[in-house]
Amino acid sequence: MDGNLNALTTIFTEFYYWVTVVFMFLIHVGFCLYEVSASRRKNHMHTLMKNLMIIPLVTVTFFFFGWWIYWAFPDFPFFGGLNLAASSANTPWSDTMGTNLNDHITGVFWAAFLLFSWTAASIVSGSVIERIRSSAFWIHAILIGSVFWVIDAAWGWHYAGWMVRELGYHDAYASGVIHAIAGGYALGVLTVLGPRIGKFDENGAPRDIPPHNPWLLTIGIFMIYTGFWGFYAACNVPIISPEIIDGQIIGTTWTATNIYLSPTSLSAITFNFLMSLSGGLMAAYIVSKGDAFWTFSGGLAGIITASAGNDLYHPMQAMLIGAIGVVFAYKLHHWVERKFKIDDAVGAVAVHGYSGFIGLVISGFVLWGSPSSPFEGYQTINPIGQLAGAIIMFGLLGFLPAYIVARIQSSLGVLRIPKSVELSGLDFLDDELYQKSRAEIIAAEEKELDR
Amino acid sequence: MSTIGYQSWAVDLAEVGAIYPFQGHEVLMTVFGVVFWLGWHWLQFHNENEELKENSKSVTNSKTIS
Repeated sequence: MDGNLNALTTIFTEFYYWVTVVFMFLIHVGFCLYEVSASRRKNHMHTLMKNLMIIPLVTVTFFFFGWWIYWAFPDFPFFGGLNLAASSANTPWSDTMGTNLNDHITGVFWAAFLLFSWTAASIVSGSVIERIRSSAFWIHAILIGSVFWVIDAAWGWHYAGWMVRELGYHDAYASGVIHAIAGGYALGVLTVLGPRIGKFDENGAPRDIPPHNPWLLTIGIFMIYTGFWGFYAACNVPIISPEIIDGQIIGTTWTATNIYLSPTSLSAITFNFLMSLSGGLMAAYIVSKGDAFWTFSGGLAGIITASAGNDLYHPMQAMLIGAIGVVFAYKLHHWVERKFKIDDAVGAVAVHGYSGFIGLVISGFVLWGSPSSPFEGYQTINPIGQLAGAIIMFGLLGFLPAYIVARIQSSLGVLRIPKSVELSGLDFLDDELYQKSRAEIIAAEEKELDR
Repeated sequence: MSTIGYQSWAVDLAEVGAIYPFQGHEVLMTVFGVVFWLGWHWLQFHNENEELKENSKSVTNSKTIS
């Protein structure tokens, strides 16, 4: 770090990403609250542990190979080989993947990406509660968190990714690269896993399975909103000079950029985050007739829909796009539920998958002809590229691998818990021990009182 | 002798890189890490099978946690 300005910029950037990571931790806290509250009392401790263990499993696998994939795969396999030069500094045995006084960025940048990985896995986790085996889910968590979302990030969320260059793909705050892929992945697992016992009546009409704690569930979504601020900030490069970008930008004005190194500002995304949240909440309140679960989820879906273009949108556009996405996701959720008997316990496919998908498509029209990158030779943003991107995210990297892996697990009999356990509850044995211990303590206390 | 390669900080920091212990053994440490990770899955899968079997045996159709 030669020179005061360089040192200050480096330490500021290091601290900036570190703060985003702390904020994003709240997303996981929110997902845990949300998921546990949505489950019935007979399952809630297992539901909590299923989500909690995403943290270590995705973290270690993202250290082992996820981070390497991001740097190796921008062109692989369609437009070139693995980028071994860029990825060599990001292997688990690289000396920059540890305490190194010459590198202040890799750790915090790695962690910012990692927290996205947890989010991707958590999105899938909520939809499959109360009947998936934890061991089966954790394989999916690793696949979505440390493999498939990272591939899509390398392709479409990297300044040199082939989807950005060839398709003009633009997804600044991850409508597709996190949300559409995770929603598609959840749908792939759900299609094979099947609904919870009792979810559909004899005529195939869905029954509501009420959450055991509705208000805590909504607080969980509040917590996710809070963490989402960190997510947005983490998607930016906080400050960089045109000289470092080394693209088409002329002059010497430093700027914040999105992940593609195209200029934006924290101020812009603050406007748009809040306006798309508001558009989503308002539309969801109307379309769900004031249902608390869907209204809170609609706020999230509003942000997710507008996220692809929230680096450039006007706040009015962000609000209206957020509202449109929510109506689309809400209607599609209920149609798919009835038509295909899909039991998505927390509406994750709709809130993340459908909203993310439609958000990408809308951004292709609204941002048509805008530069996708500061570098020469890149396709500009366009509807076809965005639609193709949405299909790749939701279908090719989301639904398809999830469906295949879940089919394999199902054929081996290791996907779903036994029927008797599902009926009695995953926490049945724990509850028996709890009741036994409680009875023993009460008996001991009564004996003491009688003395 | 120092496991991190430095016995004092009387150095120019511009010339200091990695300072974690046992530099040069990163691949071996990664192998230990991967074994720990895969071993965890194996143990968890085994324990979950046992738990589900025991749970199935213990329950009767009428018993659930309310």
